[in-house]
Amino acid sequence: MAEFTLPKNSVLTEGKSFKAPTGTKNTRRFEVYRWDPDTNENPRIDSYELDMDTCGPMVLDAILKIKNEIDSTLTFRRSCREGVCGSCAMTVNGKNTLACIKAIDSYPDTIKIFPLPHLSVVKDLVPDMTHFYAQYASIKPWIETQTPAPADTERLQSKEDREKLDGLYECVMCACCSTSCPSYWWNGDRYLGPAVLLQAYRWLVDSRDENTGERLDELEDPFKLYRCHTIMNCTDTCPKGLNPAKAIAETKKLLVQRKLG
Amino acid sequence: MDYRSPLAKVRGLGSAKSGTSHWWMQRVTAVALIPLSFWLIIFLDLSVHAPYQEMIAWLASPLNTLGMVAWILAVFYHSALGLQVVIEDYIAAEGIKIIAVWTVNLSFLLLALAALIAVFRILLIG
Repeated sequence: MAEFTLPKNSVLTEGKSFKAPTGTKNTRRFEVYRWDPDTNENPRIDSYELDMDTCGPMVLDAILKIKNEIDSTLTFRRSCREGVCGSCAMTVNGKNTLACIKAIDSYPDTIKIFPLPHLSVVKDLVPDMTHFYAQYASIKPWIETQTPAPADTERLQSKEDREKLDGLYECVMCACCSTSCPSYWWNGDRYLGPAVLLQAYRWLVDSRDENTGERLDELEDPFKLYRCHTIMNCTDTCPKGLNPAKAIAETKKLLVQRKLG
Repeated sequence: MDYRSPLAKVRGLGSAKSGTSHWWMQRVTAVALIPLSFWLIIFLDLSVHAPYQEMIAWLASPLNTLGMVAWILAVFYHSALGLQVVIEDYIAAEGIKIIAVWTVNLSFLLLALAALIAVFRILLIG
């Protein structure tokens, strides 16, 4: 059954509060979700006042500043700091985004930072992505062919066919879209979610792939694919400006097309 | 302890290889209901304002009988398809889910039959 309230051990409590050093004029308040699996305590919200004159422009810069200067126990994923690795996906002021490419100044006041919704929390801002990655593996995100590769060239693709991958290949699998989708919240055990379905479509339209039919067979399922009810949170939240909802709609069109001709 | 791999859990029982017809028919009935619902406004307006015999005569014209039957079939089929999706969305317990889907589908089948019988009773008996 869909759950609409938090279990007892997930209810938030008020945590520590860290004031900005005296003499700082340009400060900003950050409220960050904290949970430590090694204690039996409920998750808490710690608040930090940061000196913006000595802080980088992005949300990730603020989080790094907290870890470097205030509280080294703050745990989060980050790597590329330029929106291509997808590690620092988190919920900032209620919307999933990549902390590294989201400017602090795009928010008006206090910035509230939570881990991605509806995934198990490993620690603080680190969610458990195991199931998400397994779903990605299940769609076989690699080229499948019967025709052997040409002996001395790569598999060729026309410019037009290559363009069909635009808006798909840029996906960094950060899971912002999937974890913003209510359908994925309620039925994520079986529904593949927008990120994985966008990736599935990326292989469906790849002109070099020869397994389109089998891929469609695998997707045609009331739960794997048809839990998408065009809620559009995925497209709304994608930090890379992609359109997973459209990729899903195109997949549905392919399925109708092969049925009705 | 669950020793199944994450991929084994995801792949589960595999694809049902169905769902497209369900989704497609929901769209087809939705589109059909656009003109039919405008027709229904006329019907509802008449059924409130026109005298009984005039109403029967109006409904007995072949086009209006067709409209009524088409609306009944489309609306109950569409409702059953839609409610099944809602149940699948929100009820995870397998047993309750199956019973709920059966109940919804049979209820709408009965309602559609009852509505059709009512139409023909009115037309034949007056």
